[in-house]
Amino acid sequence: MALRMVSPTRSESIQSPPQSQAPREGSPGAIVIGASSGIGAALVRRLAAEGWSVAALARRGEALEELARECAGQPGRVLVIAHDTRDTSQVPELLERIAREQGRVDLCIYAAGVMPKIERQSYDTALDLDMLAINFGGLVAWGNAIAGLFRTQRSGILVGISSIAGDRGRKGNPMYGASKAAMDHYLEALRNRLAEFNVHVCTIKPGYIDTAMTRGMPGLFWLISADQAAATILAAARGGANLRYVPWRWKIVGLVIKSIPSFVFRKLNF
Amino acid sequence: MEAGLAQAPGSDVPGVSGVEHAFEYVEGWGMAVGAHGRVLRPRNLEQLRACFALARREGTTLGLRGGGNSYGDASVNDVGHALDCSRMDRILGFDARTGIATLEAGVTIEKLWKHILPLGFWPRVVSGTMFPTAAGAAAMNIHGKNNFAVGTFGDAILEFDLLLASGELRRCSRSEHADLFHAAIGGLGMLGVFTRIVLQTKRVHSGELSVRAISTRNLREMMEYMDAHRGDADYLVGWVDCFAAGEASGRGLIHHANYLHEGEDSDPARTLSVAHQELPANILGVFPKGEVWRILSLFNNDLGMRLVNLAKYHAGRLEAHHEPHRQSHAGFAFLLDYVPNWKWAYGRERGRRGLIQYQSFVPKERAHELFTQLLERCRRARLVPYLGVFKRHRPDPFWLTHAVDGWSFAMDFKVTPQNRERLWRHCAELTELVLAAGGRFYFAKDLVLNAKDPARFYPADKLERFLALKRELDPEGLFATNLWRRAFSPDAR
Repeated sequence: MALRMVSPTRSESIQSPPQSQAPREGSPGAIVIGASSGIGAALVRRLAAEGWSVAALARRGEALEELARECAGQPGRVLVIAHDTRDTSQVPELLERIAREQGRVDLCIYAAGVMPKIERQSYDTALDLDMLAINFGGLVAWGNAIAGLFRTQRSGILVGISSIAGDRGRKGNPMYGASKAAMDHYLEALRNRLAEFNVHVCTIKPGYIDTAMTRGMPGLFWLISADQAAATILAAARGGANLRYVPWRWKIVGLVIKSIPSFVFRKLNF
Repeated sequence: MEAGLAQAPGSDVPGVSGVEHAFEYVEGWGMAVGAHGRVLRPRNLEQLRACFALARREGTTLGLRGGGNSYGDASVNDVGHALDCSRMDRILGFDARTGIATLEAGVTIEKLWKHILPLGFWPRVVSGTMFPTAAGAAAMNIHGKNNFAVGTFGDAILEFDLLLASGELRRCSRSEHADLFHAAIGGLGMLGVFTRIVLQTKRVHSGELSVRAISTRNLREMMEYMDAHRGDADYLVGWVDCFAAGEASGRGLIHHANYLHEGEDSDPARTLSVAHQELPANILGVFPKGEVWRILSLFNNDLGMRLVNLAKYHAGRLEAHHEPHRQSHAGFAFLLDYVPNWKWAYGRERGRRGLIQYQSFVPKERAHELFTQLLERCRRARLVPYLGVFKRHRPDPFWLTHAVDGWSFAMDFKVTPQNRERLWRHCAELTELVLAAGGRFYFAKDLVLNAKDPARFYPADKLERFLALKRELDPEGLFATNLWRRAFSPDAR
C-alpha cells in the first residue's frame, strides 16, 4: 500500500480544491521497536488484533517472521523489518519506508532493551556502552525522527518502555538503571517540547513482567503476563498518561525506593 | 536497506555523505494543503549538488523550500522531495558603511535584522512575519507595507548566485545575466537554488518608527488617505472589516509609519538593540502567548469574527484620536508573529482545516470598483473573509511579478472540510472579476488558480520567456512543486 500522495491538483478539473491526504482515512499505523519477544511482541499482537497496521522491528528476523505468521489471521497487517537499534543511521530511511508502506504513523513504541547479566564487581565498559546504545541510543534516534514527523503532522503518540530500575542507582546493574533513567529524562523532555504540537509522549515503567528478560530471576513478585502489560500500556498511551507504572502498584514501590536515604540504600541488595 | 544518501554519486568531497534528511509532513503555511515526504537539508554547495544527484538517481523532483511561509503550495511537492535550504544560514558579510549584506540562502529575515539593526540598518523590505528565508523571499519576490515606496524584496537585491540544475553556479545581477536575474527573482524556485544573495539594506537612525492610526469609514476614505500620503509615508497598511456592509463597506484602520530622522531619537543605541525590539512573551504580563490561539479559536466562526472585526474597528476609532506613537521596527513589521501559531485558531487537523489568503493586485483605475464588488460578493455568498488587508503597490521589472501600479486586497478565508468546494468555486468567480479588471495574483499566497490563469494576467512575452528559460536551464524538470504543476505546467512530473 503506497502512501496516498497522488496530487489531486494535477487533475484537469478547474475548480477542484487540492485535497491533502485525509489523516482519518485508512487504518491507523504503529511502529514497535523491539518487537521480537516480551512486551514488544505482545503489543504487536494486540495492535494487529485491533486492526492496526504494525511495523514490527527487532534484531532477530526469524522471531519476527514467526510473529507475523501468528498474526496472519488478524484484521491488522504486520510488516516485519530486521533492525539493530545500534544502527542509528538507518532510522530516517526506515521511518520513511514504513510510513510509505503503511500510509500512516500514529503510534511509535520503543520497547527495545537488553539487561545482560552483570557480575557483582564487574566493570565492563564495552558491555555497558553497548547496552546504552541499545536501550537508549536507539530511542534517541527513533525519538528524534518521530518527533520530526509527529510535530509536523501535529498528531501522534510516542511511547517509551523504561523501567522502575531507572528510579534509583542500584548495585545490580549500573548501566541498565542508568540507561532507563536516561530514557525517563529524554522522554519527559520530548513530552514537554512536543505538547504544543498535539503530540503525546508516554513513559512506561514496568515492574516484573513474565518475559525472557526476567525468566529465572529469583524473588519475583506481582508478576503479570506480557499480554496484560501490553493492554495496560496501550490504555495508558491512549489515555494520555505521562508516566505509568505497570501494574500501578509499582508506583508505591517507586515512591518508597526513591525515599530511602542513601546511607540505607547502599546496604540493600536487590 | 534502500540506497541511502551516503553514497551520492558525483560527490567525491568528504563530508557530503550524510546530508541531513527526515520524513515529515510538509505543508503550506495556511495548512490547507500538504503531504508527507522526504525533506533534504543540505548545509553547503557540495551537499546541495549531492541532493540534485540523488533526485536524479531516484527519478524524482525537488521542491525548493525556505521557511515554509507561503500560504499555499509554493513549497509543497507531494510527488517528490522537499529541498529545505534553511540549514545554509550563514551571514557571509555585512558592510556597515554601505549597508550591503551577503547572505546564504537560508538566512531568515529574523537573523538578518537581528544582525544589522544594532549597526543601524534595517532590511529595505520585510514581510509581515520574520521567518521567511532570503532565498524564499527572493524566489517569491515578497513585499512589505512599503511596496508603494521601495518596491519588492527583489528590488533590494544587488546580485545573487544561482545553482542551476546542471550544477553550474551562475552569478546574476542587473548587468550580468540580467535576464536570469529578472526571471529567478519571483521565479518560484523553478530555475535554480539561490546560494548567495547580496542585499542592500537601509540606514536607520532609531530602532523605532513613528506610527499614526487613521480610522476610515469606508474603502474610498482609505484609498484617499493612502494616495494622499504615498509621498510622505514610509509604510502604509490598511486593515479592513470585511463584515461591514452598505455605506460602511471597506471600513477599517490605516497604520501610517515613518522612520525617525537623525536626532529624533534621543537614545538610538538603546532602541536599536535587539532586546528593545523583542515582542513580549506574555500578554498583560502573565498570559502565555503560546496559548492565545486557543482563545482565538473560540471566535473563529462567522459570528465570532464579526464581533472581533466590529470591536477592532471601534478600538481603531479610539486609537485614531491619539497622537502618533513610537513603535519598534519588529513590533510594527511582524504583526503576524505576535501571537505564535495563531493560525491554529483555524483548526489543526492537517490538510483539512486551515486558511487561504486570496490576494489580488489591481490597477489603480479599477481598484475601488473591483474591491467593493469582491466584498459584496463575499457577503452575498456568506463566505466573508475573517481578515482583510489593503496595500498600495508599484510595478517592478521582474518577469513574474505580481506588482502593479495600484492596490492589493488580501482576504483570509477559513477552510473547512464542509466549505472547501464552495470556497474554491467562490474564489474562481472572484478571479474572473479580478482578471477582467486587469488584476494579478501572487503565488506566495495563492492556492486557487488553475493552469490557464497565469497566461491571462502575465504579459505574454514575459511568461513565454520564463517558460523558455525553464526548459533551457532545467530541461528534465528537476525543480517542481505542487504550485508549478497546478498553475504553470500541468504535464510536469
